[in-house]
Amino acid sequence: MSLAKDNPALTSSVLYLDGVCVSFDGYKALRGLSLTLEPGEMRAIIGPNGAGKTTMMDIITGKTRPDEGDVYFNGVQDLTKLDEAAIAELGIGRKFQKPTVFESHTVEDNILLALKAPRGALATLFGKPPKDERARIDRILETTRLKDHRARLAADLSHGQKQWLEIGMLLAQDPKLLLVDEPVAGMTDAETAQTAELLREIAKDHSVVVVEHDMTFVRDLGVKVTVLHEGSVLAEGPLDVVSADPRVIEVYLGR
Amino acid sequence: MQGKTPFLDTKGRVFLGILAAAAVLTPLLFLATPAGSSLHMPAYLVALLGKYLCFALLAVALDLVWGYCGILSLGHGAFFSLGGYAMGMYLMRQIGTRGVYANPVLPDFMVFLNWKELPITWWGFNSFSYAMMMVLLVPGVLAFCFGWFAFRSRVTGVYLSIITQAMTYALLLSFFRNDMGFGGNNGLTDFKDILGFNVQADGTRAALFSISAIALGLGYLIARAVVTSKFGKVLIAIRDAESRTRFIGYRVETYKVAVFTLSAMMAGVAGALYVPQVGIINPSEFAPANSIEAVIWVAVGGRGTLVGAALGAVLVNFARTWFTGALPELWLFALGLLFILVTLFLPKGILGTAAELTARLRRKPPEDKPQPTAAE
Repeated sequence: MSLAKDNPALTSSVLYLDGVCVSFDGYKALRGLSLTLEPGEMRAIIGPNGAGKTTMMDIITGKTRPDEGDVYFNGVQDLTKLDEAAIAELGIGRKFQKPTVFESHTVEDNILLALKAPRGALATLFGKPPKDERARIDRILETTRLKDHRARLAADLSHGQKQWLEIGMLLAQDPKLLLVDEPVAGMTDAETAQTAELLREIAKDHSVVVVEHDMTFVRDLGVKVTVLHEGSVLAEGPLDVVSADPRVIEVYLGR
Repeated sequence: MQGKTPFLDTKGRVFLGILAAAAVLTPLLFLATPAGSSLHMPAYLVALLGKYLCFALLAVALDLVWGYCGILSLGHGAFFSLGGYAMGMYLMRQIGTRGVYANPVLPDFMVFLNWKELPITWWGFNSFSYAMMMVLLVPGVLAFCFGWFAFRSRVTGVYLSIITQAMTYALLLSFFRNDMGFGGNNGLTDFKDILGFNVQADGTRAALFSISAIALGLGYLIARAVVTSKFGKVLIAIRDAESRTRFIGYRVETYKVAVFTLSAMMAGVAGALYVPQVGIINPSEFAPANSIEAVIWVAVGGRGTLVGAALGAVLVNFARTWFTGALPELWLFALGLLFILVTLFLPKGILGTAAELTARLRRKPPEDKPQPTAAE
C-alpha cells in the first residue's frame, strides 16, 4: 500500500487509516479497515462485539502494531512507528471502556497528572509547576462538573463521576483527537444525557471518535456514524441512513 | 483538608526526632556513663540497634519501589549485599600486613589461593572515597541495567518478582565461588580499621551507630522528597493504572528504572553501614530468603508510608532477636505466621491501619454539621 504524497484525503485529515490489517494468532481482528476523520469532526463508531472497535483504538494509540496498512495523524505522523507515550504527546487522548482513573489520587491530582506539561522524569522531579496550572485545573473541573469533588479520592467517586473525571483527564491533555470507548456504559439515563452534552461541547474544538453500543446515546450525539463489521467498514453516514441499510440490519441492528 | 501533601507530616517529624535523639543519646549513654550505671548502654546493644537502623534503611528503599511504584522486588538483598561487599573490600585492604600471611597488598584468602596479584575488581579499594563511590555505583549500575531490560520489555507483577529472585540467587551462587575473588563462602571478615579507627573500638561503634541513624534520616528525606513531588504522583499513578499512565504520555519504563536505581543505591548504603557493625559479609547475605524477609518488614510496617517500613524493619528484627535467643527453631514459623496474619488482618500494615483509623475518627464528627462547602 503505497502512500501518495498528494493524496487529498490524507493531507486534509486529522486521522487517516487505510487498509489496516491485524491478526492475533490467526484470528483476523481487522481486515482492511479504512477510515478518515476530518479536523473538528465527531464520529460515532458502532458495530457488534468482535467487530474490531477496540482493536482499532489500540492501533491508533500504539498499543498494537498493524500487520499492514497505513495509519497517519494530521496527514504527516506515521502512528505505526511510535509508542503509546509518543502518540499521547502528539495529541491523541484515549478513554478506556472501563473507567480507569488513578484511584489513590485526589480528583485534582488526576487532572494535574494529565495536564499538558513536560512528561520527562527530570521535569516532574525538579520542575516548577506553571503559574496557570491551578486555573487550568479549575476550568476542567468546571467543564466536567467535578469542582465540588476536587479534594476527594478518585476511588470514592460514583461510576458516572469516574467516567467524567476520565474525560476531564483527556481534556487536560489538550489533545487534538479524542478516542472515547463506550463512555456511557453503566450510566444512568440522566448521566447518559449529560455525557452526550459534555461530548458535544468538547467536539466544538476537538476531533472526537466515540465507540458506543447505546443507540439512544448515538442519536443524541447526532453525528456521522461508521458501522464496523468483522474488521472492516460496513456502512457510513447519518444514523438514519445507516440504520435503514439492510446489511446493517442484518449484522447488527436487526438482532 | 487540602490536596497538597506537606513535605513532612507529623509521623515524619516524629520519626526524624526519634532518629536525631538516638543519634545523640546512644553514644552518650554508651560512652559517657560508667559500665555499672543503670543508664549505661552495653556495646552489644549499640551494635544491635545499629544493625536495625541499616535494615530500616533497606526497608525504606524497598518501600520506595514497592509501596509507591508497585514494583515488588524480591531481590533487594542483592543491592544491600553489593554495597556491603564494596565496604568489606575497603576494610580488607586496610588490614595490610596485619593479616595472617602479612601480605601488604593481597588479602589473606588470595594468598591462600596462591594468587600473585590483586584482581582488577579490587583495584582502588584501598581508597575510602573510591570504595564509597562503588557502594553507590555497583548496586546502581546493576539496578539500572536490570531495570532497563526488565521494564522496557514490560515485565511486571509476579514475573518481575521472580526474576529479581533469580538475580539475587545468581549472585549468591557466583559469590560462593572462590575464583570470583570475593572470598568464596567465607566472605570478607577480620576487619581492623576504618579510616584509621579500630572498628572494634567503642568510639568507632558509637560513631557508626550515629552515622547509620543520620543515613536513615537522609534516606527518608530523599525518599519523601521523591514521593511528594510530581514524580512521586506519577509513580503512584503507575502503581494504580500503568497503561493509563502510558496513554497520558508518561514513559513508564523511564520512571521505573529511575526509582529502582535510586532505591538500589539506598540499599547499597545500608549494606555498607551494616558490614563494619557486624564485622563480616559473606554470600549468605544474597540468600533469596533475606530479600523476602525485607518485604515482610515493609508489609508489617505498612507499605507506601516510608516511616512504616522503617518501623516494621525494627519491630520484626527485634522479634527475631528475641526468638533466636528464646526459641530459635520457631523463628521461621513465627515469621511465616506473622506474614499471614498481617496479610489477613492488617493488609495496610501497622501505620496504614493506624492512619485509616484516625481518618475515620476524624471524619465522624462533621456529619451532623452542615456539609463543608467546596475547598476555598
